[in-house]
Amino acid sequence: MMDFWIILTAVLVASACSILGCFLILRRMALVGDAISHAVLPGIAIAFLMSGTRDSMWMLLGATAFGLLTVFLIQTLQTSGLQSDASIGIVFTALFAVGVLLISLNAQHIDLDLDCVLFGEIAYVPWDTWTLGGADMGPRAVWMLGITLTVILLLMGLFYKQFKICAFDPAMAAACGIPVLLFHYLLMGMVSMTAVSSFESVGAILVVGMLIIPAATAYLLTNRLGVMIGLSVAAGIVSAISGYLISYLLDASIAGCIVSVAGILFILALLLSPSHGLIAKFARRREAQAA
Amino acid sequence: MNKQSEQHPSAAPLKVSGITVAYQKKAVVENVSFTLPEGRLVALIGPNGAGKSTLLKATLGLVPSIAGEVSIYGDTYKKMRSRVGYVPQRESVDWDFPTDALDVVMMGRYGHLGWIKRPGRREKELAMSTLEKVGMADFAQRQISQLSGGQQQRVFLARALVQEADLYFMDEPFAGVDAATEKAIIALLGELKAAGKTVLVVHHDLSTVEEYFDHVLLLNKKLIAAGPTETTFTPELLHETYGGKLAIVSSNGREALVGE
Ligand SMILES: Nc1ncnc2c1ncn2[C@@H]1O[C@H](COP(=O)(O)OP(=O)(O)OP(=O)(O)O)[C@@H](O)[C@H]1O
Ligand SMILES: [Mg+2]
Repeated sequence: MMDFWIILTAVLVASACSILGCFLILRRMALVGDAISHAVLPGIAIAFLMSGTRDSMWMLLGATAFGLLTVFLIQTLQTSGLQSDASIGIVFTALFAVGVLLISLNAQHIDLDLDCVLFGEIAYVPWDTWTLGGADMGPRAVWMLGITLTVILLLMGLFYKQFKICAFDPAMAAACGIPVLLFHYLLMGMVSMTAVSSFESVGAILVVGMLIIPAATAYLLTNRLGVMIGLSVAAGIVSAISGYLISYLLDASIAGCIVSVAGILFILALLLSPSHGLIAKFARRREAQAA
Repeated sequence: MNKQSEQHPSAAPLKVSGITVAYQKKAVVENVSFTLPEGRLVALIGPNGAGKSTLLKATLGLVPSIAGEVSIYGDTYKKMRSRVGYVPQRESVDWDFPTDALDVVMMGRYGHLGWIKRPGRREKELAMSTLEKVGMADFAQRQISQLSGGQQQRVFLARALVQEADLYFMDEPFAGVDAATEKAIIALLGELKAAGKTVLVVHHDLSTVEEYFDHVLLLNKKLIAAGPTETTFTPELLHETYGGKLAIVSSNGREALVGE
């Protein structure tokens, strides 16, 4: 049963991240995902201090607010003339530092382990359960991730065409009357929700890996957005499950194994992709030389 | 006047009054006013950086204007949106996006679909027949990065045509296309005009302005002149628009104008 909860958690993280990651890399915002997954920390700490509990609702709200604040600050710095990579770097390190400060100053009130924030400890997931009216409802992380994934599927299902056109051609989208900014913040809100509901279980670094690597793998393999999202989710889930099994065999960090498998899948795609693949490119060059 | 646009089918397709646009406090389009007549092909002409793209974007509400008003068929752009089609400069999108030509053209229908409805068979058929119209039917399933520049331009054009608008804005549709594509685009513009549509085109090739367009707008931050091609496309006004950067070359006994 323990294994089941851990694998389920990993699969939920992988699915949520893989879907959102496609839109992040197509909009060239992969690093914004990175930034958000760190900058939600002060939101989590503040929610902790204000509510005095590990209540998931508060954490989701606080962290999502900070995620959106991150995006807003990055954009404000950019429009005032700073380079985009510098803006991202400043905003997320500063917010992360605030989070670290808040936690270390209130160490006796917050039972959050900073190592755990960065690297996560998915193995603890089954023990941190949610009780409702005395009944054991299963692991808290699974609930939060389940809610997050449901929100993502719902919004993506309803507004797929809007998210797609906003990623491809925001000017055209705006001219058609689609509220581009709203969909931008919806996407960022979903990334924040995902970051906060996965950070305790898998850690900020795994979230970033799962946001970027499966989507980048899928990008190499197809020319259609719908297929890309499907492949990305498949790559994410395969990484989650086989990463867990490998970590069991090697007795190594689960999160580390999951991201490593995702990286291996990416390298395979890079070598073998029919259109972008290095081997296909090499073969084409040989053919051209022979001709 | 706004509410009565239904009773005033004769309201001008586009009326711009005193529009000023600034990026970071520096005005790049200043106090521009003009009215477009219906059913004409109109060229928007001016040197690089004159503010042509900016003027189009401000008209469409894509960049904020700090002063001025825009009326489309006698009403605001917001209300008349479905009657306007826009072809942005080709460089404005990422052509490596995972999508094919047909899919891009279908995006032209999104504005008509509302919030929830998804593009279906009808949209697909419309998009396909529009691709045929621009001579791109064979490339419908082609990934867009594998299209040539001229083919990409035709896809963009098809995406605007499928909107079935009455007023079109096209930002440099002839940039980087060969003679055959240019002829094809011009033929399409002719069809639009014959159907009573109005088309505003940002154009750089001064040698073809008289042949292609009925009406011209000369812009260099301010509007230098606007009017029918015969009376407005004159060496004096062009000099004023381009400053000293314009050479007048005489070829086959006929004067031709060449931009910088
Ligand atoms: N996003 C922006 N931020 C700041 N300045 C801008 C921006 N876009 C354009 N500009 C400036 O506004 C002026 C007008 O630009 P615009 O793109 O409208 O010119 P254009 O007439 O379309 O030129 P071209 O013929 O090169 O396409 C230029 O000086 C340009 O540098
Ligand atoms: Mg321009």
